Amino acid sequence: MNLTLFVWRQKNFDDPGKLEQYQAANVSPDMSFLEMLDELNEQLVKEGKEPIAFDHDCREGICGTCSQVINGIPHGGQERTTVCQLHMRKFKDGDSIYIEPWRAKAFPIIKDLIVDRSALDRIIQAGGYISAHTGGVSDANAILIPKPDADMAMDAAECIGCGACIAACPNGSAMLFTAAKVTQLAMLPQGKVEAARRVCVMTDAMLEAGFGNCTNHYECQAVCPKGIKVSFIAKLNREFIKARLPL
Amino acid sequence: MILDGKCPSGPLADKWSMHRQNMKLVSPANKRKYKIIVVGTGLAGASAAASLGELGYNVESFCYQDSPRRAHSIAAQGGINAAKNYANDGDSIYRLFYDTIKGGDFRSREANVYRLAEISNNIIDQCVAQGVPFARDYAGYLDFRSFGGAQVSRTFYARGQTGQQLLLGAYSALCRQIKLGTVRMHPRTEMLDLVVVDGEAKGITVRDLVTGKIGCHVADAICLCTGGYVNVYYLSTNAQGCNVTAAYRAYKKGAFFANPCFTQIHPTCIPVTGEHQSKLTLMSESLRNDGRVWVPLRKGDNRPPDEIPEEERDYYLERKYPSFGNLAPRDISSRAAKEVCDEGRGVGQSGLGVYLDFADAIKRLGENVVRARYGNLFEMYERITDEDAYKQPMRIYPALHYAMGGLWVDYNLQSNIPGLFVLGEANFSDHGANRLGASALMQGLGDGYFVIPYTIADYLARTSPGRVSADHPEFRRSTEEVAAVTKRLLAINGKRTAKEFHRELGKVMWENVGMARSEESLKRALSIIPEIREEFWKDLKVSGTCYELNQELERAGRVADYLEFAELLALDALNRNESCGGHFRVEHQMPDGEAKRDDENYSYVAAWGYRGPGKQPELHKEKLDFEHVQIGTRSYK
Repeated sequence: MNLTLFVWRQKNFDDPGKLEQYQAANVSPDMSFLEMLDELNEQLVKEGKEPIAFDHDCREGICGTCSQVINGIPHGGQERTTVCQLHMRKFKDGDSIYIEPWRAKAFPIIKDLIVDRSALDRIIQAGGYISAHTGGVSDANAILIPKPDADMAMDAAECIGCGACIAACPNGSAMLFTAAKVTQLAMLPQGKVEAARRVCVMTDAMLEAGFGNCTNHYECQAVCPKGIKVSFIAKLNREFIKARLPL
Repeated sequence: MILDGKCPSGPLADKWSMHRQNMKLVSPANKRKYKIIVVGTGLAGASAAASLGELGYNVESFCYQDSPRRAHSIAAQGGINAAKNYANDGDSIYRLFYDTIKGGDFRSREANVYRLAEISNNIIDQCVAQGVPFARDYAGYLDFRSFGGAQVSRTFYARGQTGQQLLLGAYSALCRQIKLGTVRMHPRTEMLDLVVVDGEAKGITVRDLVTGKIGCHVADAICLCTGGYVNVYYLSTNAQGCNVTAAYRAYKKGAFFANPCFTQIHPTCIPVTGEHQSKLTLMSESLRNDGRVWVPLRKGDNRPPDEIPEEERDYYLERKYPSFGNLAPRDISSRAAKEVCDEGRGVGQSGLGVYLDFADAIKRLGENVVRARYGNLFEMYERITDEDAYKQPMRIYPALHYAMGGLWVDYNLQSNIPGLFVLGEANFSDHGANRLGASALMQGLGDGYFVIPYTIADYLARTSPGRVSADHPEFRRSTEEVAAVTKRLLAINGKRTAKEFHRELGKVMWENVGMARSEESLKRALSIIPEIREEFWKDLKVSGTCYELNQELERAGRVADYLEFAELLALDALNRNESCGGHFRVEHQMPDGEAKRDDENYSYVAAWGYRGPGKQPELHKEKLDFEHVQIGTRSYK
């Protein structure tokens, strides 16, 4: 099939950037979206033009590196699918496709479709962990965890930290990302010890990084490639209130 | 040179604890005076950086990704082994050790493997303490499952994303240290050279992938945790960015590269669809617990799978290996798949595929149980192939997956260059000629959490901190060299892209140095690779400049190294005139097609030393002594 692409090109953070038009010819339906861009880039390099810079790595939907807004939807709109797992059979011959970077105040653009997501690392650095030392811990089976709790912790832990939730949110909120980590650790006995402090420092870090607040649009859940649910945001709020209420 | 692995003497079970008693320590007050560089943030790198930072060392951590949470350990699906014997099925440290040695076809170092089995239990404890949400049973205890190459159930898992959860656990420990200021993180930074001063590793030269700036970092010791090199085959299950550059450039600075020909081909990957293919996706080996592998009995049988009656199917793994069946080790399963496809019995459009069928499992367990076990894998399969594996069998084919070979290290994980330590997949030490499933995660975390914190102290205690400073001429020389290579890549201005060269190299490697290797094919590869390399340096086209984010330039640098490294790999495969594990020389096979080892002549580690451009590398040998296990034929029948 043949496609018309409109791709966001921006040399660096200070460049205003603009959409540029490209033709992608002979696209096979078996190609992944990124393989389609690979082919286009090969062609651009040969023509002596600057290829389109985009982030990607594992190409199997787990590392969370790929990050493109396709036709206005982060990751392109196929349910529970990252850009790298989106296949061209989902498009039709003659389609026009608009490709843009994640857009959020906390994600400055580095080049073309590549943004700086280090703000997400800073939220985890603030307290998204259990302060366990290496060594000197108890036997793994000394901590019994009810299966439903372990399952829910795992549901939350599936977050790949891609940032689509933020790109989809009109407030640029990182609430779903933060809630997933808060919930994972709060569901586990070994994580409860620091739960109160954790939710406070992580939400502080979230606001400090320039992420907005949650006003229940649910756009985050709709685009999440791992199906992380907004009910975790409710859990985050409960944890937050518990932590802040005087005893 | 005959290499010494420096394994401690004494009974196998006491070696590590005795060795720990004997190693030197660095006092708490002195630790912060030592700077340690850790390159890579996968399981080995993240766990090492976190643990060393926590001990009080001054750690600098580097990764090429935008965040340390993204290294390719994250993609490991199936699980992690440990000798907990929670299943009460006869497992023990010795049995895990023995299975690993046997799985590696008696080409790994006994003492290292025993240590790995010994610390396997601590790893599970550590991960649980960090909040890794392992699968649990209804009583709240850890759940476990069986895995290829073992007759006990010792594999712990977190759905189909065990690697992700373990990596995020290590990442969280690393983040905690970053916050505490003991680790300084350098994301989007690629190591391009090792700096050796007076014979000891004292720094690295890196390129900032955003600004293009080339600079040096000085340290008292370096840990390379930079993963494997199977992207030298172009198509593999590795991430796009996985590369051999850091390890290869350390090799060019004098570190020995051991057993590069030991590569693993994973039997259960999704088959290739065309020239555009950029990577291959693995379907967890755990699928083989419930899926049955088969092809049509008859050559060229093109009927859809549901129209092929039971008696016209060949469940070839169950037929050939009755006691292990569909759980036969990876190399054996992969070669068996290639054989049936070579016979013309392969399935799918290309004929390069075999069925992995869940119909019986669904009948026996119900679709819900199968969905609970493998739901995410079935979903992934459908996204890529547009086929529903609940209704029709999956199609799978082997693909390059893991590198058992790597930089040579002694028992302390120190390379032949003092101060240079190599951890995880980047070293060669634990998996011999073939790695068993669910052992890579174990090794990466074992090295990082429980080995390096002890062994690095023994080295540091013998040096004074900050002995070398950044104004040493070696650092300037290294920066200039790296800058010169970068400029040279940009200056060629030919017609072909780095990707085209990489793809061409990959085909040569897959065809000649792949699953079945012969003297003839290896010699062919050794004559073609230099031609491609020459062409590369004449006709490469790289866009842009070196003073900006330039992904083409990054790729070109990595491909340049693959083009040299590929030759080393093929040379090692040619030198090893025997079959063992994942290294299969067609000249050496049993009457039934199994690998035939030559213990008399090849029971050694082949460690190659660089001697300069265009010169044949020098072969150093480390003899493998088996004091505690009886070397046997690796039979899975």
